[in-house]
Amino acid sequence: MPTADRSSSDIVKQVRHLSEAVAVDISGDVDLQRSPALRKTLAKLIEETPGRLILNLKEVGYMDSSGVATLVEALQRIQRKQGRLLLHSLNPRVQSIFEIARLESIFEIYPSEDEALRA
Amino acid sequence: MGRRENLSIHSDPVELRQVRSAIEAGGTRVGFNKKDCHAMALAVDEALANVIKHAYGGAADKKIEIEIEELNEEVKEQGLKVSIRDFGKAVEISKIKGRKLTDIRPGGLGVHIMRKVMDKVVFECPPSGGTLLRMVKYRRNEQKRKETTD
Repeated sequence: MPTADRSSSDIVKQVRHLSEAVAVDISGDVDLQRSPALRKTLAKLIEETPGRLILNLKEVGYMDSSGVATLVEALQRIQRKQGRLLLHSLNPRVQSIFEIARLESIFEIYPSEDEALRA
Repeated sequence: MGRRENLSIHSDPVELRQVRSAIEAGGTRVGFNKKDCHAMALAVDEALANVIKHAYGGAADKKIEIEIEELNEEVKEQGLKVSIRDFGKAVEISKIKGRKLTDIRPGGLGVHIMRKVMDKVVFECPPSGGTLLRMVKYRRNEQKRKETTD
């Protein structure tokens, strides 16, 4: 049975421990002000439960390069542990920064959580 | 002369959101589409983040002045011009460059984003210190043509 807990940081709305992955719902802007909190949370999750980490970006309205850097760092951290980082439900605005930085190809990006779970 | 808006903010990341909103509003008035407005807000946000991190070393109480000028029909080309003035450690202009995108690592994307999004990105070192950054994005001809045929 999945378990859920609230993060101390408001940027992470919820962390769900599913049988096949850890799913993280992220909320609000991921910018210079809020990226450090996300970085800390992801580092802790990867340390505690390496494997598959699925990030739901549906409620992320804006992301800057500090947010992208946070995700690149998390990707590299989890790959060192032979895990996978999967992103899903990016809105067009968030999608565009991945395109501008030409990073779409290094991340696994899916339209929905179901598809990320099946991947 | 086009409409100008002057903003004075502190070097606090929490204040960047209001600047993004002002850029998007200015871009919309000039006639940029939503995607370009978002991209310009991102480019300006990246420039301001660099000021906070590098010119002011992360201090949140320093002054940054921003001027947003809407280049409209009265001038030769339509677009948005944004000037950002800081009074911190001057940048070494010759050392400003975006990292190679094949070098996948956290950080170093800000200058790349600014140059990719904007048509002109010019750094100046005023004699009184600090840095003045001028960025311009012009409306593409395709966008103007589309309007005339709609």
